[in-house]
Amino acid sequence: MSEQSDFPLPEITPLTEPYWKALSEGRLTFQRCGSCGAAWLPARAECARCLGDELGWETASGRGRLVSWVVYHHAFHKAFAQRLPYNVAIVELEEGPRLITNIVNPQAGLAVDRPVQLVIEQEHGVALARFRVV
Amino acid sequence: MRGNIVIAGIGQTAFGKLPGRSTISMNVEACRKALADAAIDKSVVDAVFVKYPSSRFEGKYGQKVAEALGLQPRIGGVWDQAGASNISMISFAAMAIEAGQCEVALACFADNPNTGSRKVFERSLGDEAAYGWFGVTAGYAMIARRHMAEYGTKHEDLAAVAIACRRHGAANPNAQLRSPLTLERYMSSRFIVEPLRRDDCCLLSDGGAAVLVMSARRARELGVAHPVPILGFGQGQTSWEVPQRPTLTSTCAAISAQTAFRMAGVGLKDIDVAQIYDCFTITVLMTLEDYGFCKKGEVGHFVREGRIEIGGELPINTSGGLLSETGMGGMQLVLEGVRQMRGSATLQVPGARKCVVSNQGGIMHTHSTLILANE
Repeated sequence: MSEQSDFPLPEITPLTEPYWKALSEGRLTFQRCGSCGAAWLPARAECARCLGDELGWETASGRGRLVSWVVYHHAFHKAFAQRLPYNVAIVELEEGPRLITNIVNPQAGLAVDRPVQLVIEQEHGVALARFRVV
Repeated sequence: MRGNIVIAGIGQTAFGKLPGRSTISMNVEACRKALADAAIDKSVVDAVFVKYPSSRFEGKYGQKVAEALGLQPRIGGVWDQAGASNISMISFAAMAIEAGQCEVALACFADNPNTGSRKVFERSLGDEAAYGWFGVTAGYAMIARRHMAEYGTKHEDLAAVAIACRRHGAANPNAQLRSPLTLERYMSSRFIVEPLRRDDCCLLSDGGAAVLVMSARRARELGVAHPVPILGFGQGQTSWEVPQRPTLTSTCAAISAQTAFRMAGVGLKDIDVAQIYDCFTITVLMTLEDYGFCKKGEVGHFVREGRIEIGGELPINTSGGLLSETGMGGMQLVLEGVRQMRGSATLQVPGARKCVVSNQGGIMHTHSTLILANE
């Protein structure tokens, strides 16, 4: 099970721990700036709009749109060699933040700006935020 | 400042596979040849600007290069804007000369990922590695997909860039990849990260390149034979990582070009030849749009039917670019710009009087622009 032992798990830090904990509990969360209201992912220590440091967590609706996607035909990490070809996508949540993800039903047809819905899946003991096109 | 500063000499190593050569050694060879090209002694050099090797960051690298050159510069060090660094270093050298901080500057770059390590170009992109998000190619592919979707840009448009660069590289005896490319062969080449194919991706190369920068007055005093005036330069920084970038299909290359053209006091129509950073074919398409050579979304039409090949309206990358000459971080494009302005390029654009050169780095995070003249 070399894929198991070599899988690139997220590095959980004090900054990102709330995000991964919420995801493991079935909630996709993002940061909201307490000063200016800007919404952010991935987690950051200061708001890049107003530079304030009072960032709280909110739960996302899980609705978003597909900004772009690619299909890997070459594995840059051996843990993904068995999955080729696989997709990686950028999704924009309806609350604003954008994240890197995978689309779980590419056979349904991918197109930019197509609506997507959150699907939380377990991967090597970690909950990941994936999406399906709807 | 327009035209007050010149590129007085250029030098380069061989390109391709240079096993056993350190990047320091390649930098020294490139600088030695730039000094020889200008026919001046190294003792007049009082500034050394260095881009660190992209494949391996190393502290105090600028000082290590200066030591290997036997110099104690008044100004020196490493400048990091990834692939935009080389033109930016030339512009900082020009500003330092104007400010009286130095008189004669070497700017140089060398790297050896071909015989060394290419890991840096394939690394995971943070916590997102769990989703399989790896490698520089994927970032450019993400941008290319969005550009294709928004503007109807076609694989044939990407191919036009690769075909032009490969045609020009085939004529360059120093180029690493000298096989021309047909549309048929392009379309049948495999995807690396779709929508980008192998032929959309630049080479991995060992090599070094250097330029010597000084005032036009100093060049006259030193009897430099072929000084090429710098008319303008600019920079722009998109900065945001690709997923967080508010728009994927344009970059701050536009700001960089506006700054450079305003400084130069010339317009796009004055440009006879262009060296456009071509780490991936999509980069060239978007740079041509962001510079204003065509409207956003119309670049497919602009690059078709050989318009960017030698003999066309705007020949680009006349020595082959990163796709064919060498995959290094951009200084070699400046060298070709200088050769075009001297009239000494292998694929010389007849009567070329103005050349624009672009550098960019990261995944379109940084951009820099240089405008050279023959006057």
